[in-house]
Order: sequence, then C-alpha cells, then structure tokens
Amino acid sequence: MLLSQQKPLEEILGFLEGEKNIFILGCNGCAEASGTGGRPQVEEMKRALEKAGKKVTGISVVDFLCQKALVQSRFRGKTKEVKEADSILALTCGVGVQAVAAVSAKIVHPGCNTLPLGGMRGEWQGSERCRECGECVLDLTGGICPLTSCSKFLLNGACGGTTKEGKCEVDTEMECGWRLIYERLEKLGKLDRLRQIQEPKDHSKMLPPKGLRNSERWALEQGK
Amino acid sequence: MGLQESLASGKFVVTAEVGPPKGTNIGEMMADADLLRGRVDGINVTDLQSSVMRLGSLAVCHLLQEKGFDPIFQMTCRDRNRLALQADLLSASVLGIKNVLALTGDYASLGDHPQAKPVFDLDSVSLIQAIKKLGAGTDMVGNPLHGTPQFFVGAVVNPGGNPLEAQIIKMEKKIHVGASFFQTQAVYDVGAFEKFMKRVAPFKVPVMAGIILLKSAGMARFMNKNVAGVFVPEPLIQKMAKAEDRAKTSVEIAAALIKDLKGLCQGVHIMAIGWESKIPAVLDAAQV
Repeated sequence: MLLSQQKPLEEILGFLEGEKNIFILGCNGCAEASGTGGRPQVEEMKRALEKAGKKVTGISVVDFLCQKALVQSRFRGKTKEVKEADSILALTCGVGVQAVAAVSAKIVHPGCNTLPLGGMRGEWQGSERCRECGECVLDLTGGICPLTSCSKFLLNGACGGTTKEGKCEVDTEMECGWRLIYERLEKLGKLDRLRQIQEPKDHSKMLPPKGLRNSERWALEQGK
Repeated sequence: MGLQESLASGKFVVTAEVGPPKGTNIGEMMADADLLRGRVDGINVTDLQSSVMRLGSLAVCHLLQEKGFDPIFQMTCRDRNRLALQADLLSASVLGIKNVLALTGDYASLGDHPQAKPVFDLDSVSLIQAIKKLGAGTDMVGNPLHGTPQFFVGAVVNPGGNPLEAQIIKMEKKIHVGASFFQTQAVYDVGAFEKFMKRVAPFKVPVMAGIILLKSAGMARFMNKNVAGVFVPEPLIQKMAKAEDRAKTSVEIAAALIKDLKGLCQGVHIMAIGWESKIPAVLDAAQV
C-alpha cells in the first residue's frame, strides 16, 4: 500500500502549460484507497481541466497502474484517445507514474505526491513499522523497532533529546521510541539486552535483493 | 598541560566551549577564546550547534590549536556518514587535534535548515567504536591505515535524563567501547547530581559537570520546560528574577554550583553561550 495525496491544481496546470489535449489515468489500487485517483477523483479532475480550457481526450481507471501489462491492455482499447493527447495525467503513486511512462511514448505527468510511510507496511495499518533493513534487531529491543520508532534510527539507546514527558525532540507528539523500548524491556525483566553493543547497519542490505529484480513478472515484461 | 594530562593529574579540570560564528568573521570567537587562556584545560568547539549551519568545528579546532589551546573536537552523527566521519577524524589528526567528543547530535529539523537530510549513519556509540578502531590501525571495515590517529575520546551523558537508568546503560556502553571522559548536560540540582555520581562512581571514568550560565529567570524557565534533562530549582530562578545585576548574580550562582560540585566530580564544563567574558570571574569566585 502506498499513500498518495493529490497535488494542488495550480501545480498540475503548471505541468500542462502549452498542452491542450490531456488523457487522464486513475488507479483502483492504492490511489483509490487514498481517495486521490479513483473514478470520482478522475472525473473531478476532468471537470477541473475542462474548466481550465483543456480538452480531455479520454479517461481510464485501471485496477493497478503499477502493473504495466494491465496499463498496456487498457491502452489498446483507448488507442485513439491516447494518441490524440499531448500528454497523460496519472492520478497515482510514483510507481504508477513510472509504470505508465515505461509503456507509453507520451509525457506522463504525476497528479499526486506519494507520501512517506515511514516503514508502515502490512494489511492492517497500526503504529508498527518495518524499515526492511535486512538485519532484524527486534529480539534485542522488546519487539519495538528502533529504526522506525526513533527519529534518528539510533541503535544503542536514546539520545539526549527525550523530553521530560518521554517524547521525541523532533516532534513532541511522538513517543521516544527508546523510552518505549526501555519500558518494555524493563517490564519483561530483560533490560540487560540494552547493554549489547549494536554495530552500525549494513545499508547495502537495504537495497532490493537480486531475486526481486528477476521475478517471473519482470521476465514477462522483458519479453523473456 | 592538555585535557588528558589534566584529568590524569587528578586536579579539578575546567573546560569551556566556543561557538563558531555563522560566517567567516572569527575575530569575536578568537577574542572569547583568549579570555580563557590559562584558565581552562580544554576548549570544546561545537559542531553546528542546534543544527544551525555555521563555521565548522574542525577548522576552528585547528585555529585554537595554533594559538596554543587544547581543543576538543565535537563531532555529531547528524551530518556525515561513516566515510565522512572517518575522513574528518584523519584530518583532525594531521592537524594535531587530540581530543574528540562524540555525540549523536540534535535532529536536523530543529535548526535553520529543517529541509536537510538527517544522516545518523552511526550513533554516538558506534562513532566512538570507529574512533578507537582508527586508533588501532584500521578503518571501520578493517582496511589498514598508513599512519593511525590517536585521540582522547569523550562522550556526553545527561544526569537528568528520563529514565535515568537508560542514560546510565548507554553511558556504560560508551565506556565499554572507549570513552575516556564525560561531559554532562547542565547541572543545577546538586542533590540529584550527587545521586547520579554515586551511581556511576564504579565506572571510574572522569565526569565533568555541565555549567550553563543563567542569563535570566526567563531562560531558566524556558530550559525547565524545553530542554531535556535540565532542571533549575525554583530558588535559583527567584534569585535571577530579583537580581539587580543579572550578570553578577549569574556568576555567583555558577561559582556556588562549582564549589558544591568540586567534591563530587572530576571537573566542570562551562557553556557560557555568549557570556564567555564572564568565565574568568566565575572561576575566580569558585576558586578554581
């Protein structure tokens, strides 16, 4: 799940300067869930562009714009409208915009900003976050991740910036992750785990593994 | 005598700090340092204090070194990754800088470039590890060095931190990886500090209590509300509020604190924040 937010209309109109005919793409995946690129937003964008003097050659809402094969098959049914357009406006996340650009010879304008998830993953989005670091330390930290609960991604304990109320110096509405870790380990009677020296992260492990770049779908896309 | 020798001698050690200017005019800062000549055992040079972009610590340490001071190179993990930190340590070494104070650093968004990318590739513990590793002849990943930098490494601890035990565990980790002295967050509550010192006495590592000169009652209240781990007791706030000559009262308060702290710890670290000219009077009144 990626979270997006529609860009201000003025910014979008700025992208479209000098262009007359626009094809609008929406996405029924995360962008619909974010309320930024589902059918209602695409139709609303159509009206807004027309009001600004543009001609909308066509609209299409694809189930997952991040899936290039789906985008391509949808384009096939709309060849005329797409061809007629000077550019495509995609109301989707950054992945969707890139996927559309990859299968289209047109300029693809992003209609949304993709917001940081701060490691938010999973189907049920609670406050638990995973940075996908490739070297899980949760065993030592009482099941609370220091990479996502500490603003500074510290691995060896709190900095000097924990407020008197136990909040983070960066944002006093945010709990100090290391205070939470401390309290949890104290409750579990495992404070000794904090004494273990944590080596700095191996950031090379945060790159996507080779396997992910060689998936079956990837092979299909490459025509292999 | 430099910082390391002073601490080893067992005398009550005094350090102070200078804040590099925003810009290239170093006259005032160097004049501040001159006021401290012969009165302090080392001078900390802050590293983009409060995340505000300014003249760097390394260059200022070098200037102080040239003028015969013993600078303490403050290094935070906020702005440099492990490559840059190690490189700056080598640079500091060839410039003759002997002391490094390793800190995590304030978060980038608290300063005047809140848009900056915060680094924090290392933390204060792993930075100390890296410094010691360079001193042992290799970089962090074990590649041999041609010439090794030797540093006297310090760290910080917040005796008013919450929870205190978490601060102490981290302090132990810093000692374990090679911290040889500590400077603390500002201390005003001698009773609480005494308890802290009892707790950390078994570590047998010198602790220098932080002294921030109070400039007004308002500043004291501000710190109580906003600065992590700082507690100015109400009687001191009242003293400042009623002061006719605030600088004089501030000096008296700092001197009295230092007198009380003398028997408790190995030294003091004075952060004058613009009132560097008052430091000699504080030291005179405290008889150090």
